[in-house]
Amino acid sequence: MNEITQPILRAPAAPESWFQFATRHRAGIASLVVLIFPLVMPFTALAVNILIYGLYALGFNLVFGYLGLLSFGHAALFGTGAYLCGIAIVHFALPWFVAIALGILGGLMMALLIGVLAIRTRGIYFAMVTMALSQCVYYLFYQAVDWTGGENGLRGINVRVIDILGVKLNFINPLTRYYVIAGFVIAAFFVLSRILASPFGAVIEAVRENETRARASGYDVTMTRLITFVLSGGFCGLAGALQALHLSIVPIEILHYETSGTVVMVALLGGMGTFFGPMIGAAAFLMLENLVSLWTVHWQLIVGAVFMICVLFFPAGIWGTLISRGKP
Amino acid sequence: MAGLSLNLIALQLFAGLALGAIYVLFAIGLSLIFGMLTVVNFAHGAFYMVGAYVGVYILMLGGNFWICLIAVPLAVGLFGLAVERVLIRPLYGRGIDYPLLLTFGLSYVMVEMVRIAFGKTGYPFDTPEILQGAVNIGVGYFPLYRLFVIGATGAVLLALWLFLEKTSFGLIIRAGARDPQIVRVLGVDVARVWLIVFGIGTAIAGFAGLLAAPLQGVIPEMGGTILAEAFVVTVVGGMGSIGGAVLAGLLVGVVVSMTSLFAPEMGKVSIFALMAVVLIVRPQGFFGRAGLMS
Repeated sequence: MNEITQPILRAPAAPESWFQFATRHRAGIASLVVLIFPLVMPFTALAVNILIYGLYALGFNLVFGYLGLLSFGHAALFGTGAYLCGIAIVHFALPWFVAIALGILGGLMMALLIGVLAIRTRGIYFAMVTMALSQCVYYLFYQAVDWTGGENGLRGINVRVIDILGVKLNFINPLTRYYVIAGFVIAAFFVLSRILASPFGAVIEAVRENETRARASGYDVTMTRLITFVLSGGFCGLAGALQALHLSIVPIEILHYETSGTVVMVALLGGMGTFFGPMIGAAAFLMLENLVSLWTVHWQLIVGAVFMICVLFFPAGIWGTLISRGKP
Repeated sequence: MAGLSLNLIALQLFAGLALGAIYVLFAIGLSLIFGMLTVVNFAHGAFYMVGAYVGVYILMLGGNFWICLIAVPLAVGLFGLAVERVLIRPLYGRGIDYPLLLTFGLSYVMVEMVRIAFGKTGYPFDTPEILQGAVNIGVGYFPLYRLFVIGATGAVLLALWLFLEKTSFGLIIRAGARDPQIVRVLGVDVARVWLIVFGIGTAIAGFAGLLAAPLQGVIPEMGGTILAEAFVVTVVGGMGSIGGAVLAGLLVGVVVSMTSLFAPEMGKVSIFALMAVVLIVRPQGFFGRAGLMS
């Protein structure tokens, strides 16, 4: 696989198109946009939500867009990250960075558990099994009232000051909060970009494009799927942990299957299998939701209809449609 | 004491069968549609919910439960026909995920439409007078309505079996499930067959919703929970297999009901544990064909 991309076999260097440039520096460009975003966006609270949902969709997109498996159970990964981060702070009074690390670990572990079972099935089964298993996680967290607060949610995750190597940041200030969370999101951009650019990233896409060929080439398809699903759980766990810090409460609805559905909508709206798609999808989805809920409580009607139109007419999503025009 | 608890277990078993009957109806519709169209209908729960609300509406207009039994599947089935024709048909041949995603969006729209029309709070749904009370079934008194649910499910299954096995149209459906290409070559309008199968599947979902209404009440979100549980049924029974759906539906109902007897808070979790076991031991389900999985 690597031989093909050896420089010797390449045609003489053509001037780089904007698309190639953007692909090469995707993590940097995305970081830049994230840094500038709150300066052009009047509502910082919405901007924080977009960041967190964008990160959640970024992790989901690794499985949906790059690996080609439709998961309807990502709420379990997102929610476990949020709950573990919250429990670490509320019940054990651990510092914020340990709580976030535990959130990531929670996402990874939950993804491993669900992945081991769900990977045994393929194709259309995957969506059903992941959805059923995440529903099971919902019931388990719902029952564990002592730890999770059950129906009332986990309350009292009060982090006021973020202490980074002696520098104390006021987490109550919306803009400071945005940039603290942005720091984690930017780190995630670079990690994800690195994963996708690695040989393993090429195997992920090879499995999506043609499973039989990937297997014939000697790759362990099942293991590739499992590892990718677990990695996705790490990103979603981080997003969940940040969500817990941001909301200072973990509502039980975070594990509801609508949370899984939302991320499917976000990823498809933005453009599945693209690097910038999830963030763009999160921005479009949350702005639409905010806009529509200004004049009707029935925003789900509009959101559902927009999603159906998207599936019927623009399956490539916003960014996917744009780059299909821009590609040479 | 031992005899009493044996009776209790037997009664709980019957309660599980009644619950399972609803799962069976829900899952055979899902399985029928998947087996023919390879569409996982994520809006199946919404059709189920609409069935219950059509029943509520008919009762509001002054109709009775017996009219509902006929009118609900007809109304929901007709709606299903329209959905297949307008929304799902354009997506055939575009990858297996797209109809799934579309029906997922549709379920949002349907739930929200019902909220607009009937409000967010639910409706109680009275058991029809003639089916109230309990009868002695040998091991104790059992609610008559639950017996009726089991009987009605049996009747639907029998009708469906006769339709699929004994009519020429049923023959086309069975052939189409096996190899749509050959059926098309033989001059059958497969698109029309798919349309009708989707209509039948959704009609049965509406019927299941109506039967469940007196047991659980009617709320706009009632379809979401049963959808996840029906996925368990189809995974356990084997996707696309009607026999598997029947057996697994009853089994899941009994497992929920039995677990609730011994550990009430684990009732819902137990069925997912069942699914996990089946996935490990026999990933294709009881009657699943291995090929369908890929």
